[in-house]
Amino acid sequence: MKVWLPAGVLLLWALLALFGPWLPLSPDQIDLQRILAAPGDTAWLGADDLGRPVWDRLVIGARTSFLVAVWVVILSAGIGAFLGTLAAYLGGWWDLLTVRVIDIFLAFPGILLAIALAGILGPGVDNVIVALSVVGWVGYARLARAQVLSLKHRDHVQAAVALGAGRGRIVVRHLLPLAAAPLIVEATFGIAGTVISEAGLSFLGLGVQPPAASWGSMIRDGTRYMLVAPHLVLAPGIALMLVVLSVNLLGDRLRDRLDVRAEHG
Amino acid sequence: MRGMFRFLFSRLISTLIVVLGVSTLVFSLIHLVPGDPVEVMLGESAQAADRDALRAALGLDKALHVQYAQYLKGLAHLDLGQSMHSRRPVAELLAERIPATVALSLAALAIALLIALPLGVVAAVRRDTIWDFSASGFALLGVSIPNFWMGPLLILGFSLGLGWFPVSGRDAPGSLVLPALTLGTSMAAILSRMIRSTLLDVLGEDFIRTARAKGLSRFQVVVGHGLRNALLPVITLVGLQLGTLLGGAVITETVFSWPGVGLLTIEAIQGRDYPIVQASVLLISLTYVLVNTMTDLIYAWVDPRVRLGPDS
Repeated sequence: MKVWLPAGVLLLWALLALFGPWLPLSPDQIDLQRILAAPGDTAWLGADDLGRPVWDRLVIGARTSFLVAVWVVILSAGIGAFLGTLAAYLGGWWDLLTVRVIDIFLAFPGILLAIALAGILGPGVDNVIVALSVVGWVGYARLARAQVLSLKHRDHVQAAVALGAGRGRIVVRHLLPLAAAPLIVEATFGIAGTVISEAGLSFLGLGVQPPAASWGSMIRDGTRYMLVAPHLVLAPGIALMLVVLSVNLLGDRLRDRLDVRAEHG
Repeated sequence: MRGMFRFLFSRLISTLIVVLGVSTLVFSLIHLVPGDPVEVMLGESAQAADRDALRAALGLDKALHVQYAQYLKGLAHLDLGQSMHSRRPVAELLAERIPATVALSLAALAIALLIALPLGVVAAVRRDTIWDFSASGFALLGVSIPNFWMGPLLILGFSLGLGWFPVSGRDAPGSLVLPALTLGTSMAAILSRMIRSTLLDVLGEDFIRTARAKGLSRFQVVVGHGLRNALLPVITLVGLQLGTLLGGAVITETVFSWPGVGLLTIEAIQGRDYPIVQASVLLISLTYVLVNTMTDLIYAWVDPRVRLGPDS
């Protein structure tokens, strides 16, 4: 498949997310005349159980998922890469400690820890970002550590050490550029994972609070009216799937381009 | 044999450390509740006496290290505390829900293997053909469709539309089918890709060439030599994927009101019943840790290269 199709989907997602608040939308406009209206005349994607236009709410939901994805990936990749690099570079007990902590975090299956954290911290977008970052940094830390471990005995690093380069310079100039490719690929797939996780937490009622919209909370609210108004579940689900599918497709392309060997498959 | 014991020992030590770490993290969860957990649970209008009673019941009136010691001691006796609402022991509440989650997970695992094994094998044997591309398309869709959308779609089609299966719950016959299908297909998507790449690695080995050269049929080569040797890594992958399965079960159980540990967790979060949240997160995580340790041990027992390592 051509790259422009998924790239176009993601561009649209980002543009709607960034400029949504300035578009002429009325996502909170309750209209009793068009409760559960089917897609068509009154609203092109239909209206929900309060008569609010589905398209307008989709755009606001795009903003939620985009902002959460960007923040979580920046925070978790930043923290993870830093701690992983530090562990591999310093070695010794610091490395041992980091590896143990990583093992402990990896012992929580899938999204479970994020669910528990978000549940304990209370609902809200901020807490979703915190919960997903606390869970997310581990993967980047493990990857960065493995990369730096395999790189730090390379000749060019040894040469830099012999020339008297400081630790910071070695890490930033000689290690990170070579370790970056797999981290970038991981971060790309991380966007897809975060979008799904944010929607999942919102589906469980742990994310954005009404009247704000998230694709996950839209799906949850829609399931109650599935028989009479299936578009309430279909529209946010299709939006979610298109974004995740596009990120995954681009991630595959990027992985081939940067020649990063996949762990599996 | 000495290598085996050494491997066993070091594996058990690191498992113990992880178990202790997981328990500590779960213990600290309640201290992350913003403000006063007792006030959050009882509401602002509660009487001072009720607050003190609850604080004492939760042990929150004691020093942190005393709380921690009591918590660990309780765990060792399988005493997980009391539910805030029903006042029943948490261990009892969990025990009631475990069968449903086990049934759902096993059914999902069976479905995942039934889909992923043939798909992965065909994709590897017919590499770069339409079969392979279709399989990878399925896998891509599988990882891009979350459980909480797949579930409602299946309900829409098979329950509301065709009327074949119940919408939710566990009482009606056939109620296991849709939740298991939801959870199983997402796992099948990931597993099929892993099986494909593992089998491709094995099929590139010298002994496969030998098997071909001595005139074995294609079926004998792929199944008897290829798949047989790819099975061990696949078992490990299944063990690792169990995490996705258990985590996904929480959401899937919520979608279908399937009365398992996952649904209990979500209900407890909504009701701010923190002892239940802590206990169920601990139970699910420790299950995952134990299964993975067992997978590792089985692998090491069957394949000496693992326990001896490249350097010994």
